Amino acid sequence: MLNGKQAAAAAEQIRFVLDDEVVTLVNPAPTRTILQFLREDLRRTGSKEGCAEGDCGACTVVLGELVARDGTERVQLRAVNACIQFLPTLDGKAIYTVETLKRQDGSLHPVQQALVDTHGSQCGFCTPGFVMSLFALFKNDAAPDRACVADALSGNLCRCTGYRPIFEAADRMYQCGDQRDWLNRPGTLAANTVDADEQALISQLKALRRETDLRVETGDARYFAPSSLAEFATLREQMPDARILAGGTDVGLWVTKQHRELPVLLYIGNVAELKGIDRSDTHFEIGAAASLTDAFAALNGAYPELAELWRRFASMPVRNAGTLGGNIANGSPIGDSMPVLICLGTSVVLRKGALTRELALEDLYLDYQKNAMQPGEFIERIRVPRSRPGWVVRSYKIAKRFDQDISAVCAAFALHLDAGAVAEARIAYGGMAATPRRAAAAEAALAGQPWQEPAARAAMAALDADYTPLSDMRASSGYRMQVAKNALYRLWLETRPDAPLASAQVNVFQLV
Amino acid sequence: MNNADPIVRPGASAAHESAHLHVAGEATYVDDIPELAGTLHAALGLSAKPHARIRSIDFAAVTAMPGVVAVLTAADIPGSNDCGPIIHDDPILADGEVHYVGQPMFAVVATSVDVARRAARRAVVDYEVLPAELDPRAARAAESFVLPPMRRVCGEPAQKLAAAPHRLQGQWSVGGQEQFYLEGQVSYCAPREDGCLQLWCSTQHPTEMQHVVAHCLNKASNQVVVEMRRMGGGFGGKESQSALFACVASLAASKLKRPVKLRLDRDDDMMITGKRHDFYYDYDVGFDDEGRILAVRVEMIARAGFSADLSGPVATRALCHFDNAYFLSDADISALCARTNTQSNTAFRGFGGPQGAIAIEYILDSIARRLGLDALDVRKANFYGKSDRNLTPYGQTVADNVIHELVADLEQSSDYRARREEILRWNADSPIIKKGLALTPVKFGISFNVVHFNQAGALVHIYTDGSMLVNHGGAEMGQGLNTKVAQVVAMTLGVPLSRVRATAADTSKVANTSATAASTGADLNGKAAEDAALQIRARLAALAAARFGGTAEAVRFADEQVSGEGWQIAFDELVKLAYEARVQLWSDGFYATPGLHWNRETLTGSPFFYFAYGAAVSEVAVDTLTGEWKLLRADLLHDAGNSINPAIDIGQVEGAYIQGMGWLTTEELVWNDVGRLTTHAPSTYKIPAVADCPAVFNTRLFHNPNHVDTIMRSKAVGEPPLLLPFSVFFAIRDAIAAVAEGNVAPPLLAPATGEAILNAVEAVRAARAQP
Ligand SMILES: Cc1cc2nc3c(=O)[nH]c(=O)nc-3n(C[C@@H](O)[C@@H](O)[C@H](O)COP(=O)(O)OP(=O)(O)OC[C@H]3O[C@@H](n4cnc5c(N)ncnc54)[C@H](O)[C@@H]3O)c2cc1C
Ligand code: FES
Ligand code: FES
Repeated sequence: MLNGKQAAAAAEQIRFVLDDEVVTLVNPAPTRTILQFLREDLRRTGSKEGCAEGDCGACTVVLGELVARDGTERVQLRAVNACIQFLPTLDGKAIYTVETLKRQDGSLHPVQQALVDTHGSQCGFCTPGFVMSLFALFKNDAAPDRACVADALSGNLCRCTGYRPIFEAADRMYQCGDQRDWLNRPGTLAANTVDADEQALISQLKALRRETDLRVETGDARYFAPSSLAEFATLREQMPDARILAGGTDVGLWVTKQHRELPVLLYIGNVAELKGIDRSDTHFEIGAAASLTDAFAALNGAYPELAELWRRFASMPVRNAGTLGGNIANGSPIGDSMPVLICLGTSVVLRKGALTRELALEDLYLDYQKNAMQPGEFIERIRVPRSRPGWVVRSYKIAKRFDQDISAVCAAFALHLDAGAVAEARIAYGGMAATPRRAAAAEAALAGQPWQEPAARAAMAALDADYTPLSDMRASSGYRMQVAKNALYRLWLETRPDAPLASAQVNVFQLV
Repeated sequence: MNNADPIVRPGASAAHESAHLHVAGEATYVDDIPELAGTLHAALGLSAKPHARIRSIDFAAVTAMPGVVAVLTAADIPGSNDCGPIIHDDPILADGEVHYVGQPMFAVVATSVDVARRAARRAVVDYEVLPAELDPRAARAAESFVLPPMRRVCGEPAQKLAAAPHRLQGQWSVGGQEQFYLEGQVSYCAPREDGCLQLWCSTQHPTEMQHVVAHCLNKASNQVVVEMRRMGGGFGGKESQSALFACVASLAASKLKRPVKLRLDRDDDMMITGKRHDFYYDYDVGFDDEGRILAVRVEMIARAGFSADLSGPVATRALCHFDNAYFLSDADISALCARTNTQSNTAFRGFGGPQGAIAIEYILDSIARRLGLDALDVRKANFYGKSDRNLTPYGQTVADNVIHELVADLEQSSDYRARREEILRWNADSPIIKKGLALTPVKFGISFNVVHFNQAGALVHIYTDGSMLVNHGGAEMGQGLNTKVAQVVAMTLGVPLSRVRATAADTSKVANTSATAASTGADLNGKAAEDAALQIRARLAALAAARFGGTAEAVRFADEQVSGEGWQIAFDELVKLAYEARVQLWSDGFYATPGLHWNRETLTGSPFFYFAYGAAVSEVAVDTLTGEWKLLRADLLHDAGNSINPAIDIGQVEGAYIQGMGWLTTEELVWNDVGRLTTHAPSTYKIPAVADCPAVFNTRLFHNPNHVDTIMRSKAVGEPPLLLPFSVFFAIRDAIAAVAEGNVAPPLLAPATGEAILNAVEAVRAARAQP
């Protein structure tokens, strides 16, 4: 490991900022996790491992990245799970760990002091992770309400405290300590102005920008991180067996949990052209490398009724790292984005070399973990239609727990209602079949029918013909079928022409 | 401590002694200890079969992997291949036969964690599959038990049942629970000179680790030192079950003469270790028109798993808590430990107490629904009396009953009656979402049921600069034990808490310690530390009285000053004088809880020094289309005696409430039909998360100085509040009942997952549909 100022990084070097210093690593092992690097290589043991699968948050660190916001260059600070992030993805970023926050003079950061003051730690093992999630919140939000705090902490488990004092700390941190340095000043990233400290960090990160693309080679593994779409497409075509790495929130677990070998990784996260989200008159064009956080924020603008679905999708740190492209490409039968995206008429733009083709999302899925992508092809963009008048859209996630749980069933509906009748129905479910799939029989039962209880009941009954769900540790087949039907009933209650019920009347999570 | 330095008195809420370290990432857990040069890492190879003979294991692919240093099997164990805490039926590494999926068969030692884990998966095992029993009820039917059945009969239950005007019979069950300590099991062992071993182990029971390691390696106890600074949570899961990992790390270190660490991957941890016992009940109860229980018979089957581990004492505690806060004049209570080919279930906060008590709560709730009464009124009608109706089924008199006033207080402060009315109205207007409300009480007996475990030792040192160090036999796992013990020392000597440092539990300092369990940590170790501090104080007082006049008894220690009649001296000055006068400035201390006795044959006696009480009101909303639910409000009132540290005690109460709520709702253990636990990671096993914490969460301590002489008259607070969230479960049941008119008792199983809730909703609907 080399420290200090360097000339432009060579192809096999990664560079990142840690505690204000630039750290350079030569040929880091591609699937070594950030957490292993911190704990084992640096013996920086503040970040903990509680699960090594992104579910407990004990390993939470904050990454700083340059982004363009409203035409201005800004730093973005986001919490991620160090246990499933691969080390080379740190290239060009700043990383903040729990050790970063305490001042040289021994004084605690406001987040840390607040947790002490409110008795927010007991065994303390989860605490560094909570500190980092709260730190990201502290910088990004000057006055979060309880819902925002809960969202920020959705990826942190604590077995000891019951969370009440941690909520209290999230209030108190804004009144704690002095705000001498940038790290200790709340809400600066939410402000419209760039302060001097942020500017300095921007310059530091800019200096890390690469001139040559990153290519790491160790004895048995290679890692490529092209920065242009064209180069990415070329490499992809040349190396159809390479594993594309996006946010790593699926791929990371293959390594930490399944001990799979991934000899060639092709990282999509440096391709700026694929990180953006464009809005045309008719569509959102979501780059395959856009984070789930950014994609959902964009979609929420058009479809506020989906906010709860996205809030319940994984956790904030997983959404910060993970991409919509990855969710779609992974194509899990219990993936949460696909049912509703299918209902909305989403398509994916697939690319191979210089050639692109557009495919309806539902046609991407052939069978369990089999998709229509050809060797050398990848997802370039996701095209989500904007909301259309006359359509009602809903998606309901049903799981054991509100926060960060995999769906037992994820139901999605888009109905075109015209004069009290269903002109067109698009219904899709996750958790009910080997792929996210439309419910043809249920759709047929609704088409052309008055949107009244008999039609809803008929569609519910038709689901028996559409699906034969499995039993597993999340739910029995019987429960899956029952809630799939009841979700349709809930939809009807919420959208029926006569006396529709408010969402708070059919959904406990909307109760206030 | 960072902040200013006030002198902390009883009742003062000092921060956890490690809080400033926790938040900075500076608190050292076992895996954070700087590694010694040459450290190797171990991983375990686990059985894939629930019951099988191991014909052979082919390690060729394991040893071929670069970095692998050794493979260890049962044959490498020089001493006894056993780590069972009471009965010796727990092999460290399987010897010829495996008894559950996940049982460790061998250990791989390698140069890195990653290599060890990868290599361990490469062994090829040839199994001869044997029949496996996965179902506790079937095991009971086959009379397959790990221990003899226990039964306690008081009064004339059979006759009284027959004569009762009302009778309810049924079956019920409650699931198990994974401890899910955030820090997984870990042991790190370094060989020392002359065959000695230094072991760092995340354990609630350093002394037992010392013993099992010594037995496993044919060593004397004085060759094994176990040090334990803190755990990242234990909850019972590191009481006996840290032993296997301690033994394997020590075996490897001793054999290879190199430091060896065994840190478990979360999935392996959950596959290997035992959990809270799931319980299956058959009950029969007779009662009068007010819902007063006239007689009750219950058989409780606990899933022990493949070995005894702590199932015996767990079953005993279940049996001694079936009464909860209620007088049962005529009762027939039995507890059975069913043998199944699954993980060996073990301690978990409450230790069978919750499983015993929730059964009577289910029965009372059912009685209330049968009679159309408010469940709170039925509960009250059955409370133990103060001067009569106060004998437990096991023969101990309840001498400190405060449940009446405590519940009355909470009923008022939580506005129970008005909210009950309000919910009735709300539900009438709400077709899909139903709200429910419940108040449940807790009475929990404090002490180990094994009398001789109720002892503790401590050491207090005062250094010549006036700083102090306390060492005791208890293990810090987040419960604030070290903070409380340090407070006791500081208070006894009249100095600020910041002068006192609590250090790691260490078997070479205080010997023959008991597990930090049964909520007794502060009671026992606090008293022992007080004893030590008092001895030093007496010596200082004698010296001061001799020098400055007056009697030693009249000397006062407060605010860093020592004073007598007409004189005062700074504490530090007196310490210097004492050193120069060759007065011993350090002392040991010892404590043994008085007055306990227990007859294991008759299951009678006075096993508990005292009882702790509490009650909770929970309000929930249930979605009757999906079974999803939300906790809207919680009001907790808990008896911590004269609390040494209210902030820490409130933390224990709230934490236990949410943890117990998880047990009864989202935390579901699922074994598939070949006996493999399929919920072995947080992705599939769901403990409560932030959004499950209710927005309205009122917790108060019920001020009630202990009637017996406990440390500062406080009460143990670790386990009792785990019973408070019974109110969540019964509030859910209450909400489900609102689906139908009339007195339906929803057949809700625990854990009340969305699926279990929807099943109960459907059952209630079906019952309503019937004429
Ligand atoms: C704790 C946790 C909770 C989760 N909860 C949920 C949940 O609630 N709901 C849910 O749906 N999912 C959940 N997930 C999974 C979800 O995070 C992923 O599916 C995520 O969206 C994948 O994106 P990624 O960028 O991380 O993909 P990666 O892990 O990087 O890649 C996933 C797969 O997609 C391929 N891939 C990625 N990008 C492309 C591309 N552009 N073209 C072709 N192939 C590509 C990769 O090669 C790989 O096969 C959870 C994951 C974790 C760890
Ligand atoms: S260790 Fe659990 S989320 Fe990373
Ligand atoms: S303090 Fe122990 S897990 Fe949070």
